[in-house]
Amino acid sequence: MTDQKEIKVSIRNLYKIFGSDPVAALEHVREGLGKPELLEHHGHVLGLQDINVDIRAGEITVIMGLSGSGKSTLIRHLNRLIEPTAGEIIVNGEDVLSYNETQLHGLRQNTMSMVFQKFALFPHRTVLENAGMARRVRGETAAAADIEGQKWLDRVGLEGYGGHYPNQLSGGMQQRVGIARALASDSDIMLMDEAFSALDPLIRTDMQDLLLELQRELHKTIVFITHDLDEALKLADHLVILKDGAVIQQGEPQDILLHPNDPYIMDFIADINRARVLRVRSVMEETTKKGTKIAGEVDANSNLEQVIALSEGDTNLHYRVMQDGKQVGLLHMRDLVRALVPVEASDPARRLSA
Amino acid sequence: MAFYDRFFEAFGLEDWCGEATGGPMTMAELLAQSSSGGAGEEEAAVPFMETPFPSLDTLHGSCNTIPRTRDMTEAVEQSFIGIKDELRFVLDPITAPLGWLLDQTLIWFQIIPWFFMIPILMLVTWFSARSLGVLALVTGSFLFMAAIDHYDAAIATLSIVFVCTAFSVVLGVPIGIAMSKSNTLQRITIPILDMLQTLPTFVYLIPLIFLFSVTESKLYGIAIILYAIVPVIRLTDLGIRLVDKDVIEAADAFGMSNRQKLTGVQIPLALPNIMAGINQTIMMSLAMVVIASLVSAPGLGRLVLRGINNLELGVGLVAGFCIVILAILLDRVTKAALGRINTSEH
Repeated sequence: MTDQKEIKVSIRNLYKIFGSDPVAALEHVREGLGKPELLEHHGHVLGLQDINVDIRAGEITVIMGLSGSGKSTLIRHLNRLIEPTAGEIIVNGEDVLSYNETQLHGLRQNTMSMVFQKFALFPHRTVLENAGMARRVRGETAAAADIEGQKWLDRVGLEGYGGHYPNQLSGGMQQRVGIARALASDSDIMLMDEAFSALDPLIRTDMQDLLLELQRELHKTIVFITHDLDEALKLADHLVILKDGAVIQQGEPQDILLHPNDPYIMDFIADINRARVLRVRSVMEETTKKGTKIAGEVDANSNLEQVIALSEGDTNLHYRVMQDGKQVGLLHMRDLVRALVPVEASDPARRLSA
Repeated sequence: MAFYDRFFEAFGLEDWCGEATGGPMTMAELLAQSSSGGAGEEEAAVPFMETPFPSLDTLHGSCNTIPRTRDMTEAVEQSFIGIKDELRFVLDPITAPLGWLLDQTLIWFQIIPWFFMIPILMLVTWFSARSLGVLALVTGSFLFMAAIDHYDAAIATLSIVFVCTAFSVVLGVPIGIAMSKSNTLQRITIPILDMLQTLPTFVYLIPLIFLFSVTESKLYGIAIILYAIVPVIRLTDLGIRLVDKDVIEAADAFGMSNRQKLTGVQIPLALPNIMAGINQTIMMSLAMVVIASLVSAPGLGRLVLRGINNLELGVGLVAGFCIVILAILLDRVTKAALGRINTSEH
């Protein structure tokens, strides 16, 4: 693991309850009432309960959950599009909830930008005007906004589309405009609310690659919401899994995959292609011993699929795992094959209890 | 003696009711008197099936303290007359600009000779509609109306519609915006708008005649605006409420102030609906022009009125036809302008 980066956004004990008297309902929740009971007996919907998440600078934090799990509600708390019932949201050391209207506008204009599932471009403005929108809102001149807008349109691959209107573009292109719009604001933090969910699978892969490529260069703090586990595993540095408004597990995606702590997550990860998602570094034995009968060297970040192809299916082999030219561990093919079996199936005790 | 006498006797209310004090006779009493040939005659028992409804007039027959219906309408009238001076004191200065503008615009429209006015109208048409077809329609129609000597009346009507629409937009759009921002205001305003739209158009005129003199132009100005302002308010409210929630959220997420949101997002995106409202407002003010001619509004309406009053069938029909032509022109021009807005956006 690399050294821990500074915490950019910190969510502390965040609660959100929808209904006529959320404060009273909050007391019941603190006394331990669950989501269904609260709805049945008090007519309030528990949106989020006791969320604690640290979002580190320069990382992609993916918040994953099914619809209704509160993930879109959670991301909207970060820039206060939704007001929380209780809790703290600390951005760059300041509590956002204490902000007045002017400070809040400043935060939204300068510190956080957002990309939306349904693109939410301004239909009456050209692509270029949309891209430079954040700067126009801040009061910069149209010329300055256009220069910045054009730069980011070019960067996301939309050269020559500046004069079009958004609805003349395909979905994927519209979302590129959405990303350019967010990048052109030059904010440190980017909130992406199911940004790729409305796109075709192929386009979605393209966009994920684009995002990773941009991220390698820009090192933004990105909060990404998705309901798609493959997408989450591909993008996440830090993965937060939400269910019924509560965090049930968070951590490094590889770690969650190998050590799920909840049956819900086990169900979730049961269907994914583990060989493609798991990396050598997660299943290797961490050691600097030379080892015997070494068949060759593999990179710590290659996925298991690549190693299987390399070994031609021979489970008796051992590989030296290298990172930045140094040995960081040994990979035994037996461990690799064992890691391919989901935890539930590999653990007889769990299987019986299920 | 009347039907409900026994009812009041049963409750011991004769003293409260008192003796008949006379007062003006109602039409019903007069009829009863003439048909029965004199009061005081023993009344025949009223058959059950003819039991009268205990209305004010019927009850008054048994009990003098209860007022008659005509007293009530009298009271309504008196209370209106009572506040008339105060109302006038408030309304006169407020409505003064309207009267002034109506008069001035009418004068200017009439001063400009036809050989300037028609090209001006053609230019306005071209810049708002950008359609050769509409331009030809406008030119042809005005030449036709001029040829049958209805040009002056048509121009007078046009000036009234022009001023009243301008006022409706200037007042109606802000009201509509305010309504779209506040659900409470919307709940209060919608019944008023419903009332303005359903109130028979003549009814507008009655209190206005009391307030202002019939020769004042603002009298018909107010009547037309009250009637025609409704669609522009409704559609502004609707248009702003219909703006895509996602787009509004994006505007919020990028830190737009309420003013930036209103002028940069909501109004531009509501513009097709607002323009549709303006189109309806123009049509409705044109419809009111004939009724407004009852209170001295000049123009084609006055010719229609002459046709009705003097049974001059031809005059009325031709003037009516010219109003239809004006309506078509205004509709086509505004629709073409609306279409232009729509295509530039989508």
